[in-house]
Amino acid sequence: MASLSDAELAAMTQEERVKELGLTTEPLFGRSLLIEFNPDEEERFTYPWAPDVYYNKHEEIETDGLTTTQLNNKLTALMEEGVGTITIKNPRGMHSVGVGILNRLKLVIDGSLGYFAVGLIDGPNVHIKGRVGWSCGENMMSGTVVIDKNAGSTFGAAIRGGDLVCRGSVGSRTGIDMKGGTILVGGDTGALSGFMMQRGRMVVCGNAGKNLGDSMYDGTIYVGGEIQSCGVDAVEEELTDLDKAWLTRKLQQYQMMPDKGVDHFKKIVSGKMLWNYDNLEPSEKKLIL
Amino acid sequence: MCGIAGLIHKGKSSNVGSEMTAMLQALKHRGPDSTGYAVYGEATAGDYVMRIKVAEREDMDRGRGIVDVLASRIAEIESILDEHKAVVKSKEEATPYALRYVITHSGDTEELAKHIEEADGVEVLSMGNGLELIKDLGDAAEVADAYGLNNFSGTHAIGHTRMATESDVDIRSAHPYWAFPYNDVSVVHNGQITNYWIMRRQMERKGHRFMSNCDSELLAVYTADNLANGVELEESLTRSIQEIDGVFTYLVATKDQLGMAKDTMAAKPLVLYESDDLIAMASEEIAIRAILPQEIDTTDPYDEEVRVWQA
Repeated sequence: MASLSDAELAAMTQEERVKELGLTTEPLFGRSLLIEFNPDEEERFTYPWAPDVYYNKHEEIETDGLTTTQLNNKLTALMEEGVGTITIKNPRGMHSVGVGILNRLKLVIDGSLGYFAVGLIDGPNVHIKGRVGWSCGENMMSGTVVIDKNAGSTFGAAIRGGDLVCRGSVGSRTGIDMKGGTILVGGDTGALSGFMMQRGRMVVCGNAGKNLGDSMYDGTIYVGGEIQSCGVDAVEEELTDLDKAWLTRKLQQYQMMPDKGVDHFKKIVSGKMLWNYDNLEPSEKKLIL
Repeated sequence: MCGIAGLIHKGKSSNVGSEMTAMLQALKHRGPDSTGYAVYGEATAGDYVMRIKVAEREDMDRGRGIVDVLASRIAEIESILDEHKAVVKSKEEATPYALRYVITHSGDTEELAKHIEEADGVEVLSMGNGLELIKDLGDAAEVADAYGLNNFSGTHAIGHTRMATESDVDIRSAHPYWAFPYNDVSVVHNGQITNYWIMRRQMERKGHRFMSNCDSELLAVYTADNLANGVELEESLTRSIQEIDGVFTYLVATKDQLGMAKDTMAAKPLVLYESDDLIAMASEEIAIRAILPQEIDTTDPYDEEVRVWQA
């Protein structure tokens, strides 16, 4: 490696350069990918203390006069009574609603939520009829969350599994540090989406802001519209038949298939040149960046 | 963290005092240290509303002598007004240390404001045709009660709830800031300006005055400097994104406009609601819902986004 000159390295293809620099191209596997590709296993996955709930048992909660803690405690109490379908009426942008639900549940939010909506969830199916503020679905592990309107920044930050869907547009830093699962966006996404992404898939039907996928380690970002710019080490790759089949299945599942289909989507992946970055010589770092 | 909020009614007045109070109270958790308002009422040509501070609130704990000190400062202010041939039409004391004067004045208001601020411990918070700038320690409900803001009719307003980080918990470091000497220009900000001292020295070399060490004041001074050089508000906001380093979202209000700018990283939040007759924005949607409880559509402005609305 040391005998190669900068000019020689520059003349190589990316794949050759990766090999010469002693970097790895092996794919990552983990629990989040297993959950994503094995729906049967996801269905069976429950916590031992999780109460049995029945979807045909339905309750409504009026949020008037309730604090976030009271509202979330009420959700827990209803699940312990076996209620499997809960509608929250008129939340008016309350923060931290539905956080930490580790249970099967159909949760309908009849309105809009503020920050940290349904973060850290593992299992519920959530439908939010309004919009959400920052950090919706942060660290969610499984389940589905569908938002009918727009979402704020850091949508799906550090998500590990499940489907997080926004039919409208989302803010900046969508899927920052995501470690699995799927993020679907019907509209546009802002700057630094997919920043330090590690696994999982993000689909943006509209446009993406600057520095898309900056410093991503792994995972895949699909963009149907224009990309303002890709970040460091995020590279475009050809869309394969497998990608198209997966995109078609996911977008049809949530009735978000664009009129143009999926052939026009761009696929962004990690160039994996930042792996083992600290082991590189300064001249090699310069070459990569 | 801090919370900011703004609203503008198109072509009509409303009770912007109580609306802004409801929005700021909903943002109290973002900054409990102080609350400030810049509200824009009916302008009367030739009349100026001067909001002035003659001491910090903590000064009031310094014993009986402070009463005499305040009385002498107020007398000095009134003597200066007299010297500048400013006719006092009314005078109100919201608190012992904060006064509201309505004056008729045909001279240079910058000269007048500078002269008044020569008095020890005195700061002119605003001097505008329509603008009234109020700020004090405590939450929005406390400040609105103390300053009678619950029935303030006007076209637009901006407000701020402050969590003090880089400067003291006092009135001089509270927002909004008046873009001295522009009679009706005010600024609120959420974020950190990282080239504050470099920019401040540039502005000071141009002769601008700073009353605090709060980085947000720079945005007011920067805006004032641009306006002084004939730059339109929208252009000033756009330039600021390139010239000012840091993470910030800030709002600027003028006599008949409300503008916003978001930094290049979009690191500080703003949620925006737009309808044909009302524009409302805040750090969190919960503040907008405080005045619009019905289901509404809102958006998050993106990085480097600049918008200006007309009253």
